[in-house]
Amino acid sequence: MMKKINLAIALGATCAGCDVAILDLNEKILEVFDLVEFKFWPTAMDFKLDDLKKLKDKEVDVGIYHGAIRTTEDAKIAKILRQKSKVVVAFGACANFGGIPSLANMPFEQDMFDLVYKDVPSMDNPENTVPLTSVKINDVELTLPGILENADALEEVIDVDYFVPGCPPMVPLIEQVVEVLKLYANTGKLPPKGSVIAGTKTLCEECGRTKPEKISFKEFISPQEVDEMDPDLCLLPQGILCLGPATRAGCDGLCTKMNVGCRGCLGPTDKVKDHGLKMISALTSLLEVEIEEEMTEEELDKIVDKIPDPLGTFYRFTYGKSLIYKLHSEEELI
Amino acid sequence: MKDFEPKIIGFLCTWCSYAGADLAGTSRIQYPSNIRIIRVMCSGRVNPMFVVNALQQGADGVLIGGCHPGDCHYQHGNYQARRRITMMKKLLEFLGIEPDRVRMTWVSAAEGRKFAQVIEEVTEDIRKLGPMKQVRRKNEW
Repeated sequence: MMKKINLAIALGATCAGCDVAILDLNEKILEVFDLVEFKFWPTAMDFKLDDLKKLKDKEVDVGIYHGAIRTTEDAKIAKILRQKSKVVVAFGACANFGGIPSLANMPFEQDMFDLVYKDVPSMDNPENTVPLTSVKINDVELTLPGILENADALEEVIDVDYFVPGCPPMVPLIEQVVEVLKLYANTGKLPPKGSVIAGTKTLCEECGRTKPEKISFKEFISPQEVDEMDPDLCLLPQGILCLGPATRAGCDGLCTKMNVGCRGCLGPTDKVKDHGLKMISALTSLLEVEIEEEMTEEELDKIVDKIPDPLGTFYRFTYGKSLIYKLHSEEELI
Repeated sequence: MKDFEPKIIGFLCTWCSYAGADLAGTSRIQYPSNIRIIRVMCSGRVNPMFVVNALQQGADGVLIGGCHPGDCHYQHGNYQARRRITMMKKLLEFLGIEPDRVRMTWVSAAEGRKFAQVIEEVTEDIRKLGPMKQVRRKNEW
């Protein structure tokens, strides 16, 4: 019998959907249990951080981390995981690109903390009570982890070996990961460092909808405005926003099968550094406007204004690792 | 802010705007030296990433010059550039970066005088906006 792989699954700022996605393997999960020995997985089993700390350095063969780095605790767990594991896998959109938590990195006029605890209309907080990192009650000091200035991808904090994007990573991708683990258990071989375990082309390659020769549309339409949707035709000629042309393949067109435009959770392909700008570039090229020669700036603005939230639309999952985020991140000049 | 000399990157299309800049040069028209010109085959070649990368590396403003509407050498490249830049400016505005730092202009090969005027305008506009803040000047691309 082959040697079992020691596996640790740690988490940061996450909804724990990635854990559920692993359990979504259904009967294949039994294969996983045959293959690995869990050393740390607090969501599914009774593990505490001390269990991870007690392990010897590099005792864990594969450490999986999901969630963004939002608090000092997240960063601490990530560092411990790196210390204890031979290989670290960033699992899910948050660990890969910052994900949805990183949308909070947008520079608001007031601090994000103030917004959440004081200024949100649903907040009634006359005494300005905010979470503190430490408080003394009856001479006992209680502590909470501090919040970091930005929510970042895992790669910003520790060295990452492999990437599995997706929100959450879809079952076919997790099956690929299991295959990689199997190969590792049997032969000790691993793919080259920095590999992304997902497709290499864009979603359009594997999406089953028929694409006309020339794709163009006149205006953006929200899905709720469509009376009758053609279930087989590509979504873009129907005016529905779909990030497929700029997004990595690997999900088998899960959303587009259901008549929902791709939201880009698998992030950009290998050579693209900025998912949203690439998509803006592709999308505006497809826009077909009549008599553009006489079109004024205002008319063009009107078409573009149909997208109310460009950041949430084009960078829903990848803002934390985009070029445009680095444009205003407050780091010292180099 | 009087001492501030803005750095402006100009992406000019080879058929109209670059030729216009050339004409301004050969006609010995004076214009501010703040612009650094990069020649592209068509303004439609300008990817929004070029613009963001320029701003990220320390440019204070970006100018994109194309042919007049209807005159594009590739028929509709300049329209695509305009749509892209419009959408991108909306994103920049959303992020709190002054969208006026990016400007799209039409200059034909015969408009050397207009080119010089545009550069003067853009330089003054950006001078008013001040330097680009909080820039990480390492090339991240």
